[in-house]
Amino acid sequence: MSLNTAMVEKYRNNFLQEVAGNVEEGDWVKMCMQCGVCAGSCPLGNAWEHTPQKLFMMIRANKRDEVLTSDSMWMCTSCYNCIVRCPRELPITHIMHGLATYAKKLGLAPQSNPTQWFSETFWNNMMKKGRVNELKLGLSLYFKDGFVSGIKESIAHQKLGMNMMKAKRMAPMEIMGGHGVKDLSGLQKMIKKAQDIEAERLEANSK
Amino acid sequence: MANYDKKLGAYICSGCGIGDRLDVSQLETTAKRDGKAANCKTHDFLCSKAGVEMIQKDIDDGEVNHVIIGGCSRRSKIEAFRFPEAAVTRANLREGCIWIRPDNDEAQETTQEMADDLIRMACAESKYMNIPTASGEQELNKTLLVVGGGITGMTTALESAKAGYNVVLVEKAAELGGWMAQLHKRTPNKMPYAAPQDTGIDATIAAVNDHANITVHLNTTVSKTEGAPGRFKVELAVESGSASTVDVGAIVQASGFNMFDPANVPAMNHDKSADIVTNMELEALANAAGDGPIKRPSDGKQVSSVIFIQNVGQNSEEEGHLPYHSGIGDMVSIKQAMYFKHLNGDCDTTILFDNLRTPGAAGEDFYRAGQDAMVTFRKGIASEVVAGGDLEVKFKDMILDEEFTESADLVVLDVGMVPNSGPDPYAADNLPKDEDGNPIEEENAVSVESILNLDYRQGTDLPHLRHGFTDSHFICFPYETRRTGIYSAGPVRRPMDIHQTMEDAAGAAMKAIQALENAGKGRAAHPRSGDLSYPLFRKEGCTQCKRCTVECPFGAINEDEKGFPVFNESRCRRCGTCMGACPVRVISFDNYSVDTVGQQIKNVDIPDEFDEKPRILVLACENDAYPALDMAGQNGIEYSSFARIIPVRCLGSVNTIWLTDALNSGYDGIVLMGCSKGDEYQCHFVKGSEMAHYRMGKIADTLQTLSLEEERVATYEVAITDIQRAPKLINDMAETIEQIGMSPFKF
Repeated sequence: MSLNTAMVEKYRNNFLQEVAGNVEEGDWVKMCMQCGVCAGSCPLGNAWEHTPQKLFMMIRANKRDEVLTSDSMWMCTSCYNCIVRCPRELPITHIMHGLATYAKKLGLAPQSNPTQWFSETFWNNMMKKGRVNELKLGLSLYFKDGFVSGIKESIAHQKLGMNMMKAKRMAPMEIMGGHGVKDLSGLQKMIKKAQDIEAERLEANSK
Repeated sequence: MANYDKKLGAYICSGCGIGDRLDVSQLETTAKRDGKAANCKTHDFLCSKAGVEMIQKDIDDGEVNHVIIGGCSRRSKIEAFRFPEAAVTRANLREGCIWIRPDNDEAQETTQEMADDLIRMACAESKYMNIPTASGEQELNKTLLVVGGGITGMTTALESAKAGYNVVLVEKAAELGGWMAQLHKRTPNKMPYAAPQDTGIDATIAAVNDHANITVHLNTTVSKTEGAPGRFKVELAVESGSASTVDVGAIVQASGFNMFDPANVPAMNHDKSADIVTNMELEALANAAGDGPIKRPSDGKQVSSVIFIQNVGQNSEEEGHLPYHSGIGDMVSIKQAMYFKHLNGDCDTTILFDNLRTPGAAGEDFYRAGQDAMVTFRKGIASEVVAGGDLEVKFKDMILDEEFTESADLVVLDVGMVPNSGPDPYAADNLPKDEDGNPIEEENAVSVESILNLDYRQGTDLPHLRHGFTDSHFICFPYETRRTGIYSAGPVRRPMDIHQTMEDAAGAAMKAIQALENAGKGRAAHPRSGDLSYPLFRKEGCTQCKRCTVECPFGAINEDEKGFPVFNESRCRRCGTCMGACPVRVISFDNYSVDTVGQQIKNVDIPDEFDEKPRILVLACENDAYPALDMAGQNGIEYSSFARIIPVRCLGSVNTIWLTDALNSGYDGIVLMGCSKGDEYQCHFVKGSEMAHYRMGKIADTLQTLSLEEERVATYEVAITDIQRAPKLINDMAETIEQIGMSPFKF
């Protein structure tokens, strides 16, 4: 049984409880008073299908699939406007990322969403050496949509690249592999352990 | 009425710049020559100890018994110039003259004229008034009647008893406690405001029963109330048929509320299923549950899902609904949702709210506590409850903009509070009228039982403001009703919760105590608190027209068998509306009469037509308009020097003879300033301003017979904050006169 089905079985029609128990900072969702200040404060609010306010209401209305398959929480840019303004002091930004992560773990996150792709790329890039290889990350972005468009993008940004090199803001040799943290395997173990704990927790929660 | 030689003493203050701006010696001459004040003195600091002592010495020496003070406004230095053994009048030379005129040579002449007139007016007023003395009809009765034995009535009783007064507490039911005794728990009133709390009503009932100053009458109603503050005679009827009479000094009506009948909202199907209950019915279910889970009434199944529907039939314009919101239902539902969280374990509780009202810090904390306990709050408007084995609630989620149907074991309807008041004495005035002006009775009007059974000319019960709540201006004078010495407290006044009603009860108790103490001394109640004058009437002149008895806003005046008015002076608020109404001018007060104002009008010096100096009579309500004009003076806002301002107790006391006399003697314009009237009234005497506006509506006829332009008389509603506007209204009249020309009635 997949984790998702297990969760559905366990919480049946109480999605609010599911969110409170499994989503990072999800316990806060019940405290939303539906004032809508977050929705009005979000600089990208217009681009979202559901504002945070609406997402919180959908959670209470048991709209589980609609919430978890939504790309709205993936749109958050972490500007923290909502957190600053929320009169109930909900960590809304964190809840958005928590919801996104949870959806991803259940395998419900929208595959086509570019933010999701970027997050994954960023994570994998960072995990290799324990720090972000900016050159590789940039290039992977340029070549996201294929080789031809990657070349075109690179040529278009040629001047910027040269200037960055002159200013020692870009190290071309990083393409060879790049430098990492001192104790890379230690870091990787640490993160693996955290992931295991998290997975165990979810697994236990789903029973 | 006093019978003595009047010895007028005029005291003119030259301080506060009066001496610099005005010719004070000329004012003294005016007071002596025109005002006939035998004793005239000037002092450069009259309100100082030396100045006051100078006046007091003249009074003590028997030189003076009528004091005229030319200086600041009657609203300043009240304490300094209080001479209880003398009649005191004030000429407003400061706020009403020098401060509203520019300080230059050009304005000097008219400013001095204004000051001279103010002195003449004050002297004339003094001459025609008497030192007010109490009627001697009063007695001090330190017993209070409290009608209603709920939390409001009991709190009133306890507060009064603690203050050393005796209380007769009357309750219709067989037990004290009212609605509160039926509650399972109450909304919290203590930190951290997180959970429902025991009501503690038993302790209150015990305290009432144990208090030596409180006599409790159960199963009892008030069958008759007569008299006045200080000497009410109240007949108590016991259910068994016996009756008794008690003498009380003041009355507090705490008759509380009834629950709105959900049958008026058919879509809620309250009568179709035992599992659709009102919030009060749920309290009984919670009580029945004891410490176990709440069970649904139809089959005794433990409730595992409950939906609360807020605002059933409240704040709605539909017929049979309440046009107002009770304001406490959301707190009640949060409290009741917590019952389920505490007693029923994992129970789905949803509150469908529209605008969640949880006032105050306590309300906000309790709301958070409810959310924290996982009560689901949804902004949703229910359209229907479908009865059946499992109930279904159809509603629209206002955030998601989507229709939902949710099922539940139990549905709780938040119904509002309906005041439990007696029939409105003035109900007929608010009914639609037929062609002859007779009120059209509503066909299915429900007759309401009287609560106080007042033996008053103007009906058996307290007048309503609207929706059946008793009248009282909730900001300016809460608890006050339009029946002096009778106060209302609690939800009969406006919807309120336990905390508010207990504060209300304490307030009403204090007002009632004040009223009976005042009545014992023959002093007026709010707002002319302490006034000893009372309406005097010359029976020989009375034509039994009944205008005074009908128009008195406080039902103070009864009629004898022949139709003559019977004044109950301690019911009277001293507004003078009767005096304004009387067509034959037989009603007066010692210190306020048709003459005291009429003579002020007549003693103003009216320059002849060619002087180009018009005269504008301003009759300003002493409660709001006059202070507004004073404040204009304090702020240095100028207005026409042609205005002669006379404060009146209430615009309702303005007798049309003053206007006719003024116009006949050559005034060019008249401005009347009263408080705002109507539903949002600010009139301190409730109906005075309205009466005045009604009467002035007919002044056009008088103007026509005199062949004068209608614009010469203007009536305005002025608030105390109209500091800019009040002077402008006077200036507007000055401008009008400039356009239409001077009055032809100058001699």
